[in-house]
Amino acid sequence: MTGIVSYASYVPRYRIKVEDIAAQWGFDATVIKKGLFVQEKSVPAPDQDTITMSVEAARRAVFGGGIDPETIQAVYVGSESHPYAVKPTGTTVAEAIGATPDAHCADFEFACKAGSEAMFVTLNMVEAQQMSYALAIGADTSQGAPGDALEYTASAGAAAFIMGKEQPVAECLETYSHMSDTPDFWRREHEFYPQHAGRFTGEPAYFKHVLNCANFIMKKTGLQASDFGYAVFHQPNGKFPLRAGKKLGFTEDQLKQGLLCPYIGNTYSGSSPLGLAAVLDVAKPGDLILMVSYGSGAGSDGFVWRVTKDIEKMRKKILYTWDQIHGEKFYLDYGQYAKFRGKIRSNAS
Amino acid sequence: MAIPEYWREIKHRYKLEAGKCKSCGYIVFPMRLICPKCQNQDFDSINLSREGTLITYSVIRVASSRFVNQAPFAVGIVELKEGVRILSQITDCNINELKSGMKMQVEFRRIFDDGSSGVINYGYKCVPM
Ligand SMILES: [Zn+2]
Repeated sequence: MTGIVSYASYVPRYRIKVEDIAAQWGFDATVIKKGLFVQEKSVPAPDQDTITMSVEAARRAVFGGGIDPETIQAVYVGSESHPYAVKPTGTTVAEAIGATPDAHCADFEFACKAGSEAMFVTLNMVEAQQMSYALAIGADTSQGAPGDALEYTASAGAAAFIMGKEQPVAECLETYSHMSDTPDFWRREHEFYPQHAGRFTGEPAYFKHVLNCANFIMKKTGLQASDFGYAVFHQPNGKFPLRAGKKLGFTEDQLKQGLLCPYIGNTYSGSSPLGLAAVLDVAKPGDLILMVSYGSGAGSDGFVWRVTKDIEKMRKKILYTWDQIHGEKFYLDYGQYAKFRGKIRSNAS
Repeated sequence: MAIPEYWREIKHRYKLEAGKCKSCGYIVFPMRLICPKCQNQDFDSINLSREGTLITYSVIRVASSRFVNQAPFAVGIVELKEGVRILSQITDCNINELKSGMKMQVEFRRIFDDGSSGVINYGYKCVPM
């Protein structure tokens, strides 16, 4: 059966605490932390971007699965922060992991849903027997405008999944996608920071698509919340996925392993893919996992995964997501963070 | 760096591609046409391992224009498992805590770019393990 044959994640080592961002703008950190359910977020190093993090996550997945990179026939990278406006992310990633020249590359973009989009397409390319292995990556180094609510969460991370038919570690039992034209969050060409429609990003945007997508895929598969070991939802903050999960009947125990936002923020295209990676790090053979992404604009991709016995051997060779989150960290103050993220005008930049 | 030069070096900068002499086993990095040990001209293409040991390093505080935003930063000589020594920037570290003999891993990073409109040059840097 078609599924994930190998996976891995990459979380940068730098962090900034909500307190430091709130202090800069004169806000009360306690209120923000409670409102967003976020403590701190990851920050990419100045020499990192979507390409470099994608390469690291992909290399780990190639190594974990013991896969010859020359047999990977597609490299699809989903991101809203591709380093170039024109010039693909995928070719650099494919070259760096050794998948060139016999590979198909494409860059996906759909706000925070671009990563699951790449997963959806690679799964179907393999399922249609057009490719034996296909690599999907969700990665972002997202930016929030200084002083904007998004600045507390917009963060960086990457997750890579190699899809195939031979000995998958998680089989894909079902997919379902739910879309509508909803202008809740956008960034126009040549603009540096995105804009959003405030509270409108909640009920008619995130919750409508995530809940409809989850309800439909559960109906399609005849599964109930209690049948799943874990559920992972897109995490624009720590609160939304918990609220969505509870509305669908999931318990906190089913949600917390994949809920990374409180400690690394919203990794955008990496968000639900990184949550899935964190769940796969601990899931037992036979466990069912529900994953629902969300991208503004708007839409959700839903997946039902079933973990297989082959997962134990594969994941021994990769760095677990939570170990990266709680591993060596370097904390930045707001000034260092502003320098790292290119928010300061200077003659050198 | 001129674009053709960057492009020619992609294989060794991205993948640590080296040549292993088919006659005497000597490893050249980057790839060469002639083995400096035995003058043989046949090489197997190999990718060097991404782990090594910091041999020595220096901290750059006054950087050239392309690296001004990164200063202060460390540049070190790292010996990879195969015995090959590479010169590399050391990133994601506290420069005051670097020590010769530290274990290093190689990561893929941005090296520099030609301003905000030019080509971005990618390559390897070392990170303490
Ligand atoms: Zn030789």
